[in-house]
Amino acid sequence: MLYAILCYNQEDVICAWSKEHEDGVMQKLMTVQERLSREGRLGPVARLMPTTAATTLRKDREPALVLDGPFAETKEQLLGFYVVDCDSLDGALEIAKDLGKANPGGSYEIRPIALFQPGAASGVMEGAVGA
Amino acid sequence: MTDLGWIEGAITAARPQAMAALLRYFREMDAAEEAFQDACLRALKAWPKNGPPRDPTAWLIMVGRNAAIDAVRKSSRNTVLPPEELLSDLEDAEAEAAERLDGSHYRDDVLRLLFICCHPDLPATQQIGLALRIVSGLSVREIARAFLVSEAAMEQRITRAKAKIGAGEASFEAPGPIERAERFAAVAAMLYLVFNEGYSASGKAVEARGGLCDEAIRLARLLLRLFPAEPEMMGLTALLLLQHARSDARFDADGNAILLEDQDRSLWNRKMIGEGLALIDKAMLKRAPGPYQVQAAIAALHARAAKPEDTDWVEIDQLYTALEIMQPSPVVTLNRAVAVAKVRGPEAALEMIEPLGARLDGYFHFHGARGAFLLQAGRQAEARQAFDRAISLANTAAEAANIRQYLDRVSADAKKSSS
Repeated sequence: MLYAILCYNQEDVICAWSKEHEDGVMQKLMTVQERLSREGRLGPVARLMPTTAATTLRKDREPALVLDGPFAETKEQLLGFYVVDCDSLDGALEIAKDLGKANPGGSYEIRPIALFQPGAASGVMEGAVGA
Repeated sequence: MTDLGWIEGAITAARPQAMAALLRYFREMDAAEEAFQDACLRALKAWPKNGPPRDPTAWLIMVGRNAAIDAVRKSSRNTVLPPEELLSDLEDAEAEAAERLDGSHYRDDVLRLLFICCHPDLPATQQIGLALRIVSGLSVREIARAFLVSEAAMEQRITRAKAKIGAGEASFEAPGPIERAERFAAVAAMLYLVFNEGYSASGKAVEARGGLCDEAIRLARLLLRLFPAEPEMMGLTALLLLQHARSDARFDADGNAILLEDQDRSLWNRKMIGEGLALIDKAMLKRAPGPYQVQAAIAALHARAAKPEDTDWVEIDQLYTALEIMQPSPVVTLNRAVAVAKVRGPEAALEMIEPLGARLDGYFHFHGARGAFLLQAGRQAEARQAFDRAISLANTAAEAANIRQYLDRVSADAKKSSS
């Protein structure tokens, strides 16, 4: 089974980290990731840019509404995500609108990715029964 | 990471919002500062024991306000302070405060706090000193070090600045759209000043002042988070990130400045560039251009060029033309001339800057740029004169050293043509 691990924290605190502290944390995370990677259990890893770079597409109406800033509602839940490759935010919004037409309701938050490692985990563990 | 590192981080992050809210309660800077200090001391005692509060900012505001009210009660009736348990029992109070933080006037609090620091009667250095002290919470010693003055002198400067803004009238009502736009413009200009204090440092001062760049970026991000739809705030944040991204490439081992075209671009910070490009991309979609967006777009073109030869000078020329219309200034025209020299040659650039001579005669960069154009045009004797004039106007040793490199090139060229 593949699991997604979603990272939540207070952005203003993270952004106030000193470079030394940030490097220290990244170093420790890398150690864990390297182990998982060797075991073939690490899928894509993404570090998102700050929410100041985010745009939200409300697709509960036609035409969909583009808003600046991150998704800020609390009555909806995070249900999935896509990673798409585009030249610009405009391109990403186009794709989001197409997806939104196929599945209206709710919102998409479009956030540029700062760091991306594709990873190799396939969801089929070695030695898994019935594979 | 030290055990208390997270507390320091949380307090630093909470400071602008907490100070801003406390200022709204007390309407007086010293009272707000005292209340915040008090709250921090209590946080250092309570948080290691009780763990981090759900919302550190709300905690600091609530505790700071209560502590100040207790202090007033104590002095008037000489009653004892409430027991410490009361401080850890903040769940209800916290929820109440958190609700208020989500309210709309919270973001105007932060804008107001920053705006008060940009009081028009204060000279730029005092505005920056005040903002760093009050909003960012840097110590007087740290600020004094950044400005290369004694601690006592900086203390005096900040005290004077505070006295002046104390007498001024900053409205505590929620601002209307025009007033908010005015506050935005003043605060954005001040943040850019803070950034440039850090960015213009060279040699040993880089270490002392480099933090100012990070601080300006942090405050710009904070404002952008509060006002996510402001295209000029996106532009300013992008501009700061794109410029700061070059930090590691701007000086050689001896601390001499390296020109943009000679910098090792592999040392540019790709993460900051990525964020800057994303922000300017987002700002452009708003179709409401402004000076910060244009400057960020220029910085973005430099950032996008893998090699100096790849730079899109035609586009840079056009962007500077747009900037000249928005913000006419001989310095902008001088910058455009650099792009013109690349696109149409040095003679065209020289022709363009000729009328600026009267106004920029005392400006180091004018003579430096003019010398470089003359040198490119093969007019060595005139180039030498321009560089001599630039050296006499240099503000820093690094500027002078930079011109000396050009003078060496003039001499080398002269030797080549005579042999």
